[in-house]
Amino acid sequence: MKDLLKRVLALLATMLAVSFLTFAAFSLISGDTATAMLGTSATPERLAALRAELGLDRPLAVRYGKWLLGFFTGDLGVSTSYQQPVRELLAPKVGLTLWLSLMSFVLITAVSIPLGVWSAGRRRFEGARTALNQLGMAVPPFFTGILLSWVFGVGLKWFMPGQFPDAGQDFAGAAVYLFFAAAALSIPRIAMTVRMLRSTVQEELGKDYVRTAISRGNGRRAVLRRHVLKNALPPVVTFLAQTMAEIVAGSIVVEQVFVIPGLGRMLVASIANRDYPVVQAIVVILALWVVLAGTAADLINQRIDPRLRLGGAA
Amino acid sequence: MKRGNGFLAAGLALTGLLAALVLLGFFWTPCDPSAMAAGPKFAPPSLAHWMGTDNFGRDIFSRVLQGAGATASIALATLAIGAVGGCLAGALTGYFGGPVDEVLMRLNDALTAFPSILLALVVISLLGPGKKSNVILALGLVFIPSFARVSRTAFTSLRDVNYIQSARLMGAPGGRILALHMLPNTLAVLLPALTIGFNNAVLAEASMSFLGIGVTPPDASLGYMLSEAQGMLFAAPWYAAGTGLAIVLMVFSVGLLGEGLRRRDKGVL
Repeated sequence: MKDLLKRVLALLATMLAVSFLTFAAFSLISGDTATAMLGTSATPERLAALRAELGLDRPLAVRYGKWLLGFFTGDLGVSTSYQQPVRELLAPKVGLTLWLSLMSFVLITAVSIPLGVWSAGRRRFEGARTALNQLGMAVPPFFTGILLSWVFGVGLKWFMPGQFPDAGQDFAGAAVYLFFAAAALSIPRIAMTVRMLRSTVQEELGKDYVRTAISRGNGRRAVLRRHVLKNALPPVVTFLAQTMAEIVAGSIVVEQVFVIPGLGRMLVASIANRDYPVVQAIVVILALWVVLAGTAADLINQRIDPRLRLGGAA
Repeated sequence: MKRGNGFLAAGLALTGLLAALVLLGFFWTPCDPSAMAAGPKFAPPSLAHWMGTDNFGRDIFSRVLQGAGATASIALATLAIGAVGGCLAGALTGYFGGPVDEVLMRLNDALTAFPSILLALVVISLLGPGKKSNVILALGLVFIPSFARVSRTAFTSLRDVNYIQSARLMGAPGGRILALHMLPNTLAVLLPALTIGFNNAVLAEASMSFLGIGVTPPDASLGYMLSEAQGMLFAAPWYAAGTGLAIVLMVFSVGLLGEGLRRRDKGVL
């Protein structure tokens, strides 16, 4: 219980630091916001008036406090390019990105864990398998995305590339669409996870307790399942949390390839439009996601690995 | 057990071949990459145009060669910033330790938790999108923490080794110890890290340019070309295939090289 409390506090502290840094960084350049909205020909009076309206003339700490308060009450400010509350703008998009990321995460876990364990126990064709693994890591999601849209979209017509169906009307269509996007996103991460799992399991297999267990007549398979996996799991959980973070970042690119109206596409468009309130809100939301995944991994590891509980080390 | 290191050989051969091609692309390409109507529009791959032509009749193979040059040079520049900055920070904090080390490493842990592309997007939106120098700076800065971590571990592990202590007792200055005695012995760890860094830089740059906030024409990199190719997927699928395969091949061959270097170091196979 004390552990959990400590975790939550650390999480809050990290989020505060991240949000403050983002806020400060964007504030440094947000002098541009007024100019960006009014154009360079605007009179200094009008610029000053707009800055006062947006609250840009007040000290950084005050603005941050106000923004933070707003964040917790669901007020994320107003988009400068859409003239619309950021909250309204982002609300329908968060869900899509969340679904895409979760789908990809499930896919990665479901494929790479069995594959990694299977691969660790085998010596044959080790070189070829490693080469294949390297190839998997070399394929960028946006290229896989294009290939998948070409084969399954243009060729087999399982979905229409570029036309994401409304999930409310065509749930199955939307799910199929998201599945291909998730697949494109997952391939390099699957390769990385398999590689990681393989080396972790192999390292465990070389330890004394494994030899002891086998010499006492236990089957290799049973030892692998009952002892080795238990010990090899914690680093994999940590790695998967990192993967969750990478998926979120990768979804930015994949949403662009598949034209999925999620957070990532919004982020890219807002960066191009210099719409800082939106960029800031999305960055903080994604950062929260990353930090949450990391914390979840730590908590899971403490449950499955008693060694981490005793030491008290983070 | 000991066998020839196939990965190192294959990686060196492939990387060398690609590097030669990319270098060649700086001086000579089969056609002028930006010449319109070097061939018919949307021509499929043929002997005259190995990867076909695009909507303006431009020769795609020539464009890919040129784009690969842009991508590789950006990746190398990024790597230079990230590796030099990171190794310097890692070496100094790893060797001298102390409270500065503590604070910097905490910060580092926090930074490496975030995906590099996300950080790079934040930095690029601060610097202003669409400029080559900004892309290099953004990616370079973002790659510093990971190099700092790797090199710090390597330098820390050498700090109390006998020959380093002897050098210290003989009165060798810190800088000399770091550069002459420690650096060569960390290469086994740093070289594979460099190959991974190069690949990450290639992929990150390609992603950003694909998104349209990285490099934009006239310096068209492979990522930008791929986003262009996606628009003509119906008419000229070979454009996307050629460009994408160039990225894959580049990352794959450097990946093999890294794998080979790692194996040589560990002595496996």
